[in-house]
Amino acid sequence: MFDHWLHSLGLHSLSLHSQVALGLGQALVVSALALGVAWLGRLRKLELGRETALALVRGLLQMLAIGLILVWLLKGAAWWSVPALAVMCATAARMAQRRAKGVPRSYWLCLRAIGTGSAVVIATMALTRVIAFKSMALVPLGSMIIANSMNTCSQVLERYSSDLKLNAGRVEASLALGASASVAALPYARNATNAALIPSLNSLRSLGIVWIPGFAAGMLLTGSDPVYTAIYQFMVIAMIYAASGVTALVAASGYERGAFKEERLVASR
Amino acid sequence: MRPDDGTTVNSVLLRAEELRREVGGKTIVRLASFTLRAGEVVAITGPSGAGKSSVLRLLNRLDAPTAGRVWLEGLETTGLAVRELRRRVGMVMQQANLFPGTVAENVRYGPALRDESMTGDQVEELLSTVGLGGYAERDVSGLSGGEAQRVSLARTLANRPQVLLLDEPTSALDDAAKMVVEEALRAAMEKVEGACLIVTHDAAQAARLAQRTLVMREGVLRDDALDAMESEGGNV
Repeated sequence: MFDHWLHSLGLHSLSLHSQVALGLGQALVVSALALGVAWLGRLRKLELGRETALALVRGLLQMLAIGLILVWLLKGAAWWSVPALAVMCATAARMAQRRAKGVPRSYWLCLRAIGTGSAVVIATMALTRVIAFKSMALVPLGSMIIANSMNTCSQVLERYSSDLKLNAGRVEASLALGASASVAALPYARNATNAALIPSLNSLRSLGIVWIPGFAAGMLLTGSDPVYTAIYQFMVIAMIYAASGVTALVAASGYERGAFKEERLVASR
Repeated sequence: MRPDDGTTVNSVLLRAEELRREVGGKTIVRLASFTLRAGEVVAITGPSGAGKSSVLRLLNRLDAPTAGRVWLEGLETTGLAVRELRRRVGMVMQQANLFPGTVAENVRYGPALRDESMTGDQVEELLSTVGLGGYAERDVSGLSGGEAQRVSLARTLANRPQVLLLDEPTSALDDAAKMVVEEALRAAMEKVEGACLIVTHDAAQAARLAQRTLVMREGVLRDDALDAMESEGGNV
């Protein structure tokens, strides 16, 4: 399915060298556009030029490196995708951690949340043959799931920690009346989890109406059955939602364990 | 419970012994020892930053002491489940910190945590005690600072605490609201069958509300009554 979609880009008819040359040319055009935006920003006294140039170069180099790794990985045995996805989870945890300032042992919390959410869903889907047990399917789908779990994890931790800090008085009032930590924190845990899941939930709700995922466009271009394509897209987005949900729950409960000690709020003090 | 109402001041209800609290290498409470007898209202006064509020938070374990012990009715509080301790040692904070919803929902909060229900009459009775009769169905977002603080007081009383801790309950209010809340505090103190401990930086308020005043300075709080009791070898 996925290799079929890759061919849909139409690049398979070109030689490798001409594909790379074409890609670099396209990257130059897009970079010029982004730099033009930075120049426009300068007119409004926004100093974006240096940062934009650096980000463009960095982004291009990263993607070139990933492209080279993918060439090797996608042709490899299915189990190669396991360490590849583990590295992605570790990197995602590092990136999510940056948004979780003040959260104790935030890296391990993020790794646990993203890893659990992604692993549960990817493993379930692979074992039930919903997705093929091949690197070609596991790596790209897994990366989508991990990336979404990373965003969910960041949002849960950022929202939960800031809400607890803002509402420390109410939380302590609740504790002082005899509430357990989980009861006192429940409104804020609920808000953080709901807010973090809104993007995934919106994706599910608007699927096929407001947007058609890039995956679907590729599948349709390659002549897949439109009904099967639609079902497959639903499945992918539902997997992302499920992984995000598990990630949100693990992140929220993990944060709560660190924020309270023996029914005392310790995170904001 | 007031000194002039003829209520008997009797056995020790709460005793704090050599409490100490350090945070990040900084000493917040150096040494706090005192007793509260049943029926007593005691005030803790002292300059800002002396550690008065911190002492209260050690009594219901909102903060953990670095050292020292607290007894409630002769039982060390570390032997009590913390949620039970907090029901028995109620606390009104400087800010009302009401939960979104109605006044009645706030008042019912504590008992509901233990699956206990309060009738409308019981809620109304508590609200009347604090001068807010007829407020039960009002949304808390529309209350003034003084009204909110009185709801907070009623909410704490709904748990029927043995010891009522009051942490600068009028410091965030203007003079008019302060006097109204003080009236509510007097009524609340009558309602509490145990003892009250009020932290205030206002010496005049301490004199108006309490039978005894303890002064805390630079993290040290000593109770002359406890010292006398110990030198006499009394049972505390």
